[in-house]
Amino acid sequence: MESIYWPTFFFWLFSLISCSFAVGVLLARNIVRMAFYLVLALAATAGLFFLAGADFVGAMQLMIYVGGTLVLLIFGVMLTSQERFIEMKTSSGEWVVALLLGGMLLGILLQAAMAVPAWQGMDRAAAEATKVEKTATPLGMGLLGVRVDQLDEQDESRRKGMSGYLFHFEIVSVHLLVVLVGAAYLARAKRKRGRDELAGTGSNAT
Amino acid sequence: MIHLPLAHLLSEPVGVSHYVMVGAVLFTCGVLCMATKRNALGVLMGIELVLNGANLNFIAFGSHVLRNDANSLGLDGQLISMFVIVLAAAEAAVALAIALNYYNNHDSIDVDRADELLG
Amino acid sequence: MAHFLLELTLFDIHICPWPWLAYAIVGLIHVALILNLVAVSALVFIWLERKISGRIQDRLGPTRVGGKFGWLQTLADGLKLLTKEDLMPAGADGMLFRIAPYISFCASIAAFIAIPFAGGAYPWIVQHLNTGVFFVLAVLGLEVFGVILAGYSSASKWSLFGAMREAAQVVTYEVPLGMCVVVPVLIAGSMDMVVIGDRQAGWFTNWIVFHDPFTFITTCVFFTCAMASVNRAPFDLAEAESELVAGFHTEYSGLRWSFFFMAEYGSMFSVSILASILFFGGWHGPVPITSLLGLGGESGSVGWGLAQALGLANVLFKGVVGVCLMIWVRWTLPRLRIDQVMTTCLKYCTPIAAAMFLGATFWHYNLPDKNFFGLTNLPDAVYEISEGWEISEGWDRASGDEENLGDQIASDQITSDNVGGRR
Repeated sequence: MESIYWPTFFFWLFSLISCSFAVGVLLARNIVRMAFYLVLALAATAGLFFLAGADFVGAMQLMIYVGGTLVLLIFGVMLTSQERFIEMKTSSGEWVVALLLGGMLLGILLQAAMAVPAWQGMDRAAAEATKVEKTATPLGMGLLGVRVDQLDEQDESRRKGMSGYLFHFEIVSVHLLVVLVGAAYLARAKRKRGRDELAGTGSNAT
Repeated sequence: MIHLPLAHLLSEPVGVSHYVMVGAVLFTCGVLCMATKRNALGVLMGIELVLNGANLNFIAFGSHVLRNDANSLGLDGQLISMFVIVLAAAEAAVALAIALNYYNNHDSIDVDRADELLG
Repeated sequence: MAHFLLELTLFDIHICPWPWLAYAIVGLIHVALILNLVAVSALVFIWLERKISGRIQDRLGPTRVGGKFGWLQTLADGLKLLTKEDLMPAGADGMLFRIAPYISFCASIAAFIAIPFAGGAYPWIVQHLNTGVFFVLAVLGLEVFGVILAGYSSASKWSLFGAMREAAQVVTYEVPLGMCVVVPVLIAGSMDMVVIGDRQAGWFTNWIVFHDPFTFITTCVFFTCAMASVNRAPFDLAEAESELVAGFHTEYSGLRWSFFFMAEYGSMFSVSILASILFFGGWHGPVPITSLLGLGGESGSVGWGLAQALGLANVLFKGVVGVCLMIWVRWTLPRLRIDQVMTTCLKYCTPIAAAMFLGATFWHYNLPDKNFFGLTNLPDAVYEISEGWEISEGWDRASGDEENLGDQIASDQITSDNVGGRR
């Protein structure tokens, strides 16, 4: 038995956590437990990102996804959690169809994942020789439009694609602004109408 | 083509395909969640799972640790997954606002009851 | 610190025949150190809080247990908590109720993974991350999950209200907190906390808090937001005794309750250390004693060890000072209302932080090599110490077109790979 290659060990650990809690999200009926399993699944996915050498994206996943989005989600769960919505059953017929189709989908995807020879792992010596690069600076420069990782790219056709992501970055920024305004508008309009309705019913009642 | 000797399970480095497999499991769970959950927030959680499965693929395709040849996606994979995470956050905010509005108007969070537009 | 332990203790002397065992031992040493740091600091801080609050309110605080100053009081309290019955409400969600305190505690401890306690080319840090600051912020944000789950699973209205308040408060305060953290990152040119700390080497004039007026205000905003994000009074609305009994931990008793407390004190300590590294020089004291005495030298030598230990003492001392400041604020200022808490964040802290970020950007762009409100020059020592790391040199000096800048960064990275590649 050869010695254990630790990144592989941690890959299996994190992927086991991630997959099992993803299945947990699917099978859980209690909405709050679903949210909790989702947190664990996404945190384990962040661990997988770290293992793949994407430490900035991993930290971003922890910060934005797990720290921000999911707190928001749990917030929503709590706001809407009355007794009758905590557990909602799906009919077994729907379950059968869904599991059948999902199993087929999973089968196809897994087969496709295993079918490409180039996607198999490197041999161990090559993997141990691979250095993990720092990604934060190149990512930041890439968002600003300079691809420092592709400066020595010789192929002319590939050089065309290295213009960076400044434009996309701007679009996403504007998009976030629009979403911010939109979400605030939705929340605000709701409260206003609620108050009017309350006032209306109040006057009717008296 | 399936090549997974159990003896080398822990001693050999994992490849892109292992990550893609985990991504596939997350994706399928997410799709099934979207299909079977009746709670609107459960559907939202399914969407998050799907997006995460896709993200895992992008990271895997762009990782030099898993596959160090010229055909690797390189930094683009990480950049795309960053955009996905940001857009997922935006999507969650809007979807949550919609769900809360729906809850306020219908006094229910069951997506099967949202059938008024059927005519 | 990991490679130091590995190379010096286990590999070079060949005590250990199996490398994996060496890794496991080193990992366990780190875990034990961090756990002890959090647990012991919680003991000390709880005692300190009781003493300081006593003095502020013109009384003595604990005096009896353990001799003169009552310094064993917390240990006695801990023993009492251990023997208490572990209660769970009848309607509670058992699994979530049991697991919630541990989630809070784990998140609070995990933040210490990426916090360096001494810098240099071989920093004392559990895991040297390129994105250290970001990681610490992200993990600190996870602590709220334990609180939310505790609040929900307790099946109590007080708990639920406390958890809702906490969720709203933490998510909102992360925005100005993140903006404040960006300022030192911008000035040091890296998210690596070791680089940020070593950027402030030398006299206290090099500390980022004194870099320009904007960073000074940023420090104040950071401290306010940090206090709010760890739920300290005057922002402790999640456990407001006057209206919510005890907020999210109303239904907890015994050891599980004490885990919440340890988590709170642990994250107080970690945000204080974070502030000390980002703004107050970290392991570099106000006076560069190590270089004046000629300590330092090759890694592994006695002088280097002394210098690093001095840095460790500096970090811990600044962290304790930060916590004392929080205690002082708690027992001085009245508590805010929940709407006032949100107003403070959204209407004051966030715009101020954004304006300070813009101001610091302009200042740093126009005076890249100046320190101490633009009065002193950035000493060469900074470049020497952080040699091999991609800090401001390549960024500021690079003038001209994008291609040139890119080349320079690429070459910087190559050097950093060569020098820092051993980790």
